[in-house]
Amino acid sequence: MRKALPLALLMLGSALAGDDSAGRPAPPPAGEERLELPPPPFSEGIFPCSNCHAGMTVNRTRRALTEMHEDVQLRHDEQHRWCLDCHDAADRDWLHLASGERVSFEESYRLCGQCHGEKLRDWRAGVHGRRTGEWNGQKKYLLCAHCHNPHQPRFRPMAPEPAPRPPTRPSGAKAVRP
Amino acid sequence: MTDRDQDGTSPSRREFVSCAAGAAAGFILTACGPKRLFEVPKERLQASLAELERQYRETYGTAVTVAGTPPIPGVQFAYALDISRCIGCRRCVYACVEENNQSRDPQVHWIRVYAMEKEKGVDFQHANPYYDPPQVPEEGHFYVPVQCQQCENPPCTKVCPVGATWKEKDGIVVIDYDWCIGCRYCMAACPYGARHFNWAEPTLPKAELNPNTHYLGNRPRPKGVVEKCTFCIQRTRVGRYPACVEACPVGARKFGNLLDPQSEIRYIIDHKRILVLKEDLNTVPKFFYFYAT
Repeated sequence: MRKALPLALLMLGSALAGDDSAGRPAPPPAGEERLELPPPPFSEGIFPCSNCHAGMTVNRTRRALTEMHEDVQLRHDEQHRWCLDCHDAADRDWLHLASGERVSFEESYRLCGQCHGEKLRDWRAGVHGRRTGEWNGQKKYLLCAHCHNPHQPRFRPMAPEPAPRPPTRPSGAKAVRP
Repeated sequence: MTDRDQDGTSPSRREFVSCAAGAAAGFILTACGPKRLFEVPKERLQASLAELERQYRETYGTAVTVAGTPPIPGVQFAYALDISRCIGCRRCVYACVEENNQSRDPQVHWIRVYAMEKEKGVDFQHANPYYDPPQVPEEGHFYVPVQCQQCENPPCTKVCPVGATWKEKDGIVVIDYDWCIGCRYCMAACPYGARHFNWAEPTLPKAELNPNTHYLGNRPRPKGVVEKCTFCIQRTRVGRYPACVEACPVGARKFGNLLDPQSEIRYIIDHKRILVLKEDLNTVPKFFYFYAT
């Protein structure tokens, strides 16, 4: 009982604090310098984009891509969005925010966070997305794009691992029923 | 004996002394006998662990470490699981089996994932742990994985007649497999079905043995003892995340120190809607379910 009390108080305290937490500023990001991120998940041989795009004229018209990038099927608010809303037209090796500020692919979470602010906040706190590493030390993060294809961000269904085997009776044993 | 009872004479001095000596010798022998591992002196524990390591090496033909890592002061472990994210893929179940050296046949799983209908909400009466569609998540379903809730007020430890299971200082409920007599009272007492019994000699292929073990956690178990989730005690006490946390492809599983205000767990408790299973039983689980969306 003596040990249970602090926990109960803690839970009570957090329940009471829950109401005003919305108005509280978000907790400090887990420390930008501490974010350990793997490199962005580029398709094989696709980066740097400027290898092909450097000498090309920019075509800003919305169209179905036929010569290259046919695999990119945009299913991400496609009514309102187009390649150049995120990819920087002037230098294709970069992305850009709505403000025009350029961001690298390594920092693409800032781009995603423009619309998905609450997800970015949770991700920084370690609550959205997978964490590996140490619970009390260096945590390994993943970029949004490691789990969500930026062009089709909905999480894909997957095959489940085998179901547990239901309990069986040894052969010959009878079920005991009242 | 019978005669004396009837004739009422006292035992002779010789008889009394020999009986007393026998009782004293018995007491001393008992005190020197096997002990629950948590109450033996440090040196004795180290010797026991070395002996275990030797036995396991003999059985499995590979070097096995049996650690006795103690709790970290100022740490209370807690777990949170995002029901709005879990897709029921069971990756956690099998990551747990591999990490914790569960028996492959008969099959022992410390995590059980229940498929529930969204219409009915969290309803264990109509939940199905044997779902097996080609793809998950299924339409209209959500999934609730259940494992040991590491209760602050655990009913299972109270019923153990031999004191073979207890709550550690960091909140992990553990079992001494050498002291467990297999009566399964704890399994009856646990309201979450989180304890599992080794009905037969566990089978663990030599190639699949995880050699990094803890004496209260994933060291290979004998037949006839109860086992359960220990928050991967062999990993978490040295700072690592539990295996299920790292295996979850959707990042629904969160783990940390309840006493650290900066921890992920505290962020979740402060900012998200949380629930615990069977709150009315006053078990005070340290396993929280939450909805991040």
